[in-house]
Amino acid sequence: MTITSPSLNVSTIAAPPELQIVNMTKRFGSLVALDNVSLNLKPGTFHALLGENGAGKSTLVKCVMGFYRADQGEILIDGNPRAIASPRDAHHYGIGMVYQHFTSVPAMTVAENLVLSRYDSSTLINWKQEMEQLNDFMNSAPFQVPLNLPIAQLAAGQKQKLEILKQLYLKSKILILDEPTSVLTPGEADEVLGLIKEQVNAGLLSVLLITHKFREVTSFTEEVTVLRKGKLAGHGSVKELAIADMAEMMMGERREIKEVAKTPYANPQPVLQFEGIQANKDNGVEAVSGVSLTVHSGEIVGIAGVSGNGQKELVEVLAGQRSPTSGTVRVNGEPYQATRAEMFKHKVFALPEEPLRNACVPHMSVAENMALRTFDRAPQAKGILLIWKAIRQTAQGLIQQFSVKTPSTETPVGNLSGGNVQRTVLARELSEDHINLLIAANPCFGLDFAAVEFIHSQIVEARNRGVAVLLVSEDLDELLALSDRIVVISSGQFVYESAIAEADFGAIGRSMAGH
Amino acid sequence: MTAPAAPEVLGWWGVPLAILAGMMRGGTPFLFVSLGECITEKSGKINLGLEGTLLTGAMSAYAISYLTGSPWLGVLAAGVSGVGLGLIHGWLSQQPRVNDVAVGIAMIIFGSGIAFFLGKPFIQPSAPPLPTIHLGDWSSIPAVQAALAISPLFVLGVAIAPLLKWFFQSTRWGLFIRAVGDSPDAAKAMGISIFNVRMLSVVAGSFLAGIGGASLSLYYPGVWTERISSGQGLMAVALVIFAKWNPMQCLWASLLFGGAQALGPALQSVGIKEGYYLFNAAPYILTLLIMILTCSPKRTLTGVPGALGTDN
Repeated sequence: MTITSPSLNVSTIAAPPELQIVNMTKRFGSLVALDNVSLNLKPGTFHALLGENGAGKSTLVKCVMGFYRADQGEILIDGNPRAIASPRDAHHYGIGMVYQHFTSVPAMTVAENLVLSRYDSSTLINWKQEMEQLNDFMNSAPFQVPLNLPIAQLAAGQKQKLEILKQLYLKSKILILDEPTSVLTPGEADEVLGLIKEQVNAGLLSVLLITHKFREVTSFTEEVTVLRKGKLAGHGSVKELAIADMAEMMMGERREIKEVAKTPYANPQPVLQFEGIQANKDNGVEAVSGVSLTVHSGEIVGIAGVSGNGQKELVEVLAGQRSPTSGTVRVNGEPYQATRAEMFKHKVFALPEEPLRNACVPHMSVAENMALRTFDRAPQAKGILLIWKAIRQTAQGLIQQFSVKTPSTETPVGNLSGGNVQRTVLARELSEDHINLLIAANPCFGLDFAAVEFIHSQIVEARNRGVAVLLVSEDLDELLALSDRIVVISSGQFVYESAIAEADFGAIGRSMAGH
Repeated sequence: MTAPAAPEVLGWWGVPLAILAGMMRGGTPFLFVSLGECITEKSGKINLGLEGTLLTGAMSAYAISYLTGSPWLGVLAAGVSGVGLGLIHGWLSQQPRVNDVAVGIAMIIFGSGIAFFLGKPFIQPSAPPLPTIHLGDWSSIPAVQAALAISPLFVLGVAIAPLLKWFFQSTRWGLFIRAVGDSPDAAKAMGISIFNVRMLSVVAGSFLAGIGGASLSLYYPGVWTERISSGQGLMAVALVIFAKWNPMQCLWASLLFGGAQALGPALQSVGIKEGYYLFNAAPYILTLLIMILTCSPKRTLTGVPGALGTDN
C-alpha cells in the first residue's frame, strides 16, 4: 500500500530527525488552503504553529501525515526528500500526530488500544507478555493512565494523555499535537505540556504544537510559525516576540483584546432555582447526585469541573434533554419541566455544548435553524402555514448582526465551520429581547480568538441586561473572567462555592481534582 | 418430524427431557445465526438478511446432500451459499446513503425467494441426514436415547462460541473488528480499512448462518420445507442484543430459545391440549419480552458496538 519503502528504522535512532516542509501548496478545488508555506522543525525543539480557524494549520500537518497529497512542495527528513503517502509512512519516519478528536476505541481498554495502535503487532496477542511490556512502558512514561480501564470510563484529561502516550508507545520522535489542551484543566495542561517539554529538553522528542493559546506558546515553546489565510504570516523565536506581535501576525491587524465591562444589576431576583437534582448517565450510573443552586437575574454563575463529573447531565436536565431521577427545577418561582411552552413563557435559552449535535438540525438550512424557536408564531407563521419570507428576512438580519459566515440563508448548517455553527445558535438564542435565563455549556470549545471574544462579550452584555446566566465550562480562565460566582462540581456534587472576588484559584483546582 | 420424546414411559419427566433435547436440537440454528450476527454487529453492521441466509443454507445443504449423497458436502454448500449472500449484503450495505436495515429486509426476501425457487424440486425426495452422536446409549429407554442423539453441528457451535470470545480478545483481527464497530473514525486513523473489515465480518457471519440452515434441513427437523425456519433468523438477531454482543452469552441465549421452542410440543405430548398454540408461541413471546426488558429510552445498552446502526 505504500509507494516508497522506508529505509531507516527510527526505533534505533535516539535523536529526533529534522523535519523541513518546503514551499508547500495545497488546493481544494478553487480554494487555496495552503500557499507556499515552509516550516523547519529542528531536532529537539518545541515549535508552536499558530493561526486562527481556517488558517491552514490542519491542512499543513495533514499533508505531513500523508492524509492529503500536497500539490506542490516537499518534505525533507534529515535533508532527504521523502514521500509520505499515508500515516503509516509518517510513522516509519518517526512522525506521529495527536488529533483534536480522540482516536481511541471507547469500548476497549487502554491496553487493547495501545496494542491495536501498533502497526507491527502479531496476529495472535499474548496478553501476559504484552501486559508486562505495557507495564514497563507505563512505568517509564512521563505520565500514567490505568491500563485495564475501558476508554469510555476515562476522563477527558486522561484520554488526552493516552493519545500522547500512544505516540510515545509507537516510538514517534516527532510529535504533532493538534490543540491538545482544549479538554484539560489548566493544571493538567501545564502538567502534560511540562512533561513533554522535559522530553524535548532531554533531546528525545521534537514537538510541533498547534494552538491558539498564547499562554502555551510563551511558556513552553521556543519557536513559533504563524499562518494566516493559508499563507506564512510570520516566524521567529518566542523570546523575541511579544504576544501583541504574534496576535498581529495571526489576525493581520493590531487589536487589543476588548473586554465588556460588567455593570452591577440593580434588582437581582432569583430566576433559576434547582434543588436536589439527581440524574443518571446513559448507562444508568448516577452522574449528578443531589445538587442545588439558585441563579439570580444579572448574575453569571460559573460551574467549573473536569469533564465527566456530571455537568453534562446537569445541563441536559436543565435543557430538557434528560429526565432527572429526583429533584425540582423552578424558573421564576414556578415548576419548570423544560417544555416548549414553558421555555417560551419564561424566556429560557440555551447554548449547549457541541451545538451541531445538541442545538441544530444539521441538514436543515441556516434560516430554518435560526427559526427553530419562533417558526410557529407570528410573524413567521400564520395558522399552520409558515411564512418563509419572514423566516428568511429574520435570518438575514441575524446573519449580519452576529456576523455568521455562510454562503446563503439556505446552506445546511452542517456545512458551516464550528465557529459559525456556534454563531448561528448564538444568534437564535440571544436575539430575543427579553431573555430571563441563559444556560451555556462550553460555548467556546474549539473556537478561535475572534469567536471566543464575541461570545464572551455577548454573554456579558446579556448579563448586564439582567439575564440570569448559568455558565458550565471546562475552561477555568473563561469562568474566572466571566462569572460573578463560581461553583465547582466533582463526582456529581457541588464541592466549592465562592463569589468571584473571594475565589481562591488553588482551592478551585484542588476541589476540581476531588480533594 | 421426529417426536421430541415418548411420554408413555416417562410421564411428566418427558417434559424436561424434551426441553433439554430442544435446547440442543432447536438451539443449534439459533446458535449459528446468533454467533454470525454477533460477528457482523461487532463490526458495526446489522444483517437482518440472516433469515434469508438461513433458508438458503437449509435448501443448499439439503439439495447437495441429496445430489451427492454426502451430508457434509451439504453443510459446506450451505456455508458457501451464506458467503454468497454475505458478499451481496456486505457490498450493498456499505454503499453511501444505504441503510443496512433496509438492505437486510431486502436480503430476507431475496434469500428466502431464491431458496423457494431453487428448492422446489427437493421438497419430495429425502436426503441423507447428518450422523448423530449418541449420548443416550446408557439408557434403555428409547425416548432418552432419541433425546440425547445430538448433532456434530451442535458440538461445533458450542466450540465456536468460546473460540469467538477468544478471537475478539486476543487476536489482531478481533481487535480490528471491535475497533471498526465501535469507532470507525479511530479505526480509520489507525489505517484500518473499514470496508474490508466489515465485508469480511458480514461474510463470516453469513457463512455461520448458512451452516445454521444446514442444521435445520440435515438434522432437526431434518427435512426441507418452505416453512422450515419460521423466523428463527430474525429471532437470532434479537438474541444477540439479549446476549449483549458476547459470544458466550449467545450460547446460553440460544439454548434458552431452543428450549422455549420445545415447550409447546413437549406439553402437547403429555396431554396438555389447552393453550397449545400459546406454548408454541413461546419463542416469539420471549423475543418480545426481551426487547421490552432490554430497551429503555433512559439508558444505553452495555456492550453495544458504538457505530451499530449509524451511517458511518
